Amino acid sequence: MEVSSQKFNDHVHQAVDDANLKGAMGKLTGALRPNRARAVAGLPEFDDYRDHGIAIKMHTLDHIDRYLEEFETNVVANGGHVHWCADEDSARETILGLCRQYDVKTVTKGKSMVTEELGLNAFLDQHGILPLETDLGEYIIQLRGESPSHIIAPATHLQRHDIAQTFRDAHDHLDPNRPMDTAESLTEEARQELREKYGAADAGITGANFMIAETGSTIIVTNEGNGDLTQTLAKTHIVVASMEKILPTMDDAGVMLRLLARSATGQDMSVYTTLSSGPRRPGDLDGPDSFHVVIVDNGRSTMLAGSEREMLRCLRCSACLNHCPVYASIGGHAYGWVYSGPMGKVLTPSLVGLEQTKDLPNASTFCGKCQEVCPMRIPLPKLMRNLRAKQTEQKITPLKQRVLLALWSSLASRPRFYRFVTGMMTGALARMAGPKRVFTWLPFLGDWVQSRDFVAPEGGSFFDRYRASSSPSSSKGEAHD
Amino acid sequence: MSSSARSSRKKPKVGLFVTCLIDAMRPSAGMAALRLLEAAGCEVIVPESQSCCGQPAWNSGDKAAARAVAIPYLDSFDDCDYVVVPSGSCAGMLAHHLVELFEDAPDLRHRQQALAIAAKSHELTSFLVDVLGVTSVPGQIKGRVAYHDSCSSLREMKVKDQPRQLLKSAGAQVVDLDQADTCCGFGGTFSVKYGDISGAMVDSKAQDVEAQHPDLLVAGDMGCLMNIAGRLSRRGSLIAVRHVAEVLAGEMTAPPIGAGSTDSDTNGSDKK
Repeated sequence: MEVSSQKFNDHVHQAVDDANLKGAMGKLTGALRPNRARAVAGLPEFDDYRDHGIAIKMHTLDHIDRYLEEFETNVVANGGHVHWCADEDSARETILGLCRQYDVKTVTKGKSMVTEELGLNAFLDQHGILPLETDLGEYIIQLRGESPSHIIAPATHLQRHDIAQTFRDAHDHLDPNRPMDTAESLTEEARQELREKYGAADAGITGANFMIAETGSTIIVTNEGNGDLTQTLAKTHIVVASMEKILPTMDDAGVMLRLLARSATGQDMSVYTTLSSGPRRPGDLDGPDSFHVVIVDNGRSTMLAGSEREMLRCLRCSACLNHCPVYASIGGHAYGWVYSGPMGKVLTPSLVGLEQTKDLPNASTFCGKCQEVCPMRIPLPKLMRNLRAKQTEQKITPLKQRVLLALWSSLASRPRFYRFVTGMMTGALARMAGPKRVFTWLPFLGDWVQSRDFVAPEGGSFFDRYRASSSPSSSKGEAHD
Repeated sequence: MSSSARSSRKKPKVGLFVTCLIDAMRPSAGMAALRLLEAAGCEVIVPESQSCCGQPAWNSGDKAAARAVAIPYLDSFDDCDYVVVPSGSCAGMLAHHLVELFEDAPDLRHRQQALAIAAKSHELTSFLVDVLGVTSVPGQIKGRVAYHDSCSSLREMKVKDQPRQLLKSAGAQVVDLDQADTCCGFGGTFSVKYGDISGAMVDSKAQDVEAQHPDLLVAGDMGCLMNIAGRLSRRGSLIAVRHVAEVLAGEMTAPPIGAGSTDSDTNGSDKK
């Protein structure tokens, strides 16, 4: 997918004035956050699971080569195939090659963020293969020609009336006066439209929440069952997964699944947890004739060896997005690539480079809520700060900011001189503000005063008053006790 | 105050880290912090070698600049039992980030001094309650008081109940914000680098504050206070805003922060 994170500030400028987006983002505070809180409170040992899950991930990352090879061995033993892809080009070509091998004209797709990285839908389309998204949210944004604005709820930026209009435009064979005012009616309509298409698809492409080394299985979790239909009805099942989705054992997956659903949607379990362990065997009632797993690196190996390694623990649960006040203010599209919210601010620069993504790690107050709710306790603020430090080292940080910081630092490292200068400034500001005690406009502070007044200094400095109160005449000490 | 019980013992020696924002913007809050500590039986020194904790540079990813700002105060608290900070954010810098800032410093003494400061740094209200066991304060306040949790106080310094307990002991009816653990959008340089986002965040916070109809909004961090007071003022709200130390110390002679003042009708009429 093309990166447009360079235009972050333009995106933000549009997003904050978008009343419809603001309305749509209400579901974060109205549902997603309280739901997670309830689910976590309902499992008293949740934090123990987190510790256990983190230990599993750290161990797995330390031995990822071994577990990936074990996974391949077991997939092959089950009758499947594994394809190793170093970058997005090789992943796209591999998938296209498989489609040609099996003479695929239409694919149904389960939700997969790594295929968004690859820009797979557009690529398949260019090569005459029709991709059809089956996750409700993905289906909606595919109809609209948009990209996901959220890693598990791709149409989070939309309200119900937007979706009704999209369906009205796309499903023009249906009665234009049909009722479309409830979530149920919209879901039912999408279901009827999609059902007809599953059977006609030649291949099903899904992602994977986990790959299990000991069994050679892949696991997806969905709430709509679309993944099951995608992967069992088509003759060919292609799983596309980034390499860090590997886990050693099925027991490990048990720990992660407990964490994932609670952190994501606040469910104890997702409605469907589907394991795929190779093609249909003799005697099986259903399943694909062939089973392929495309394992994508696309920058992960570099992360594994670098300072963003902890980001590879990410389960893609979206808790950090759901709880982020910045994400809630600007929505997911503003981030300009596949991943958004705090995890996107670390993952996107790590995968596509610092140059195009300057703003992402900077546009955070470091409030720390993301780290607090992350089931893997990924220190997202620290990782963003590391990326800021890399920007400074590589002089990617804007010149203006570097100059201002250098000036400030040279001043603040001389405390007495610093106070002389700030004293003059605050004295002048206090006099200028007068009895109003606020400024509605100030030069150099345009970004502050566009939305709030600037509070005038009280006048004088603390150290002036402290010196006055502790001078001999004011008998400091006893008098204060 | 139970100072009589403590009078037989040696007074704890506290170094007050004033913070650059309080020094420049709100000296009253610094004086109030000083009075609170003295009223709680501490001997307080205020080293002149401090300007800023260095956080703006640290969070901008400029380690060299952050070190340059921190070095002058590194040895200033050597003979203090505690370093107390009337800000969760700056306390977090001293208690959690200073060690990382100096962990690979060429001068070994700097690493040791950073470790020493980190080990004895506290946010003001947490120091009063958790370390000194303070249960009553000089200040008295009536009415509905909303306490805003700064993110660093809440998450880095584990400050939540302490200021609320002290406010209640002063007579306040403490009201909680609906989204109490959501950031106000200040974030230091973030507030001017990303004015659009910061403005949207502080508007949500201001609405959350207004919904509780408090007489007074207090917080332990000047950054949040300037941000929220500025937005309340722009919205034409009459809710007064103060640093929590001013209320607890009973040092309320300075007008509230910004023009959202209720201290006199004439000042109130200055509002837009």
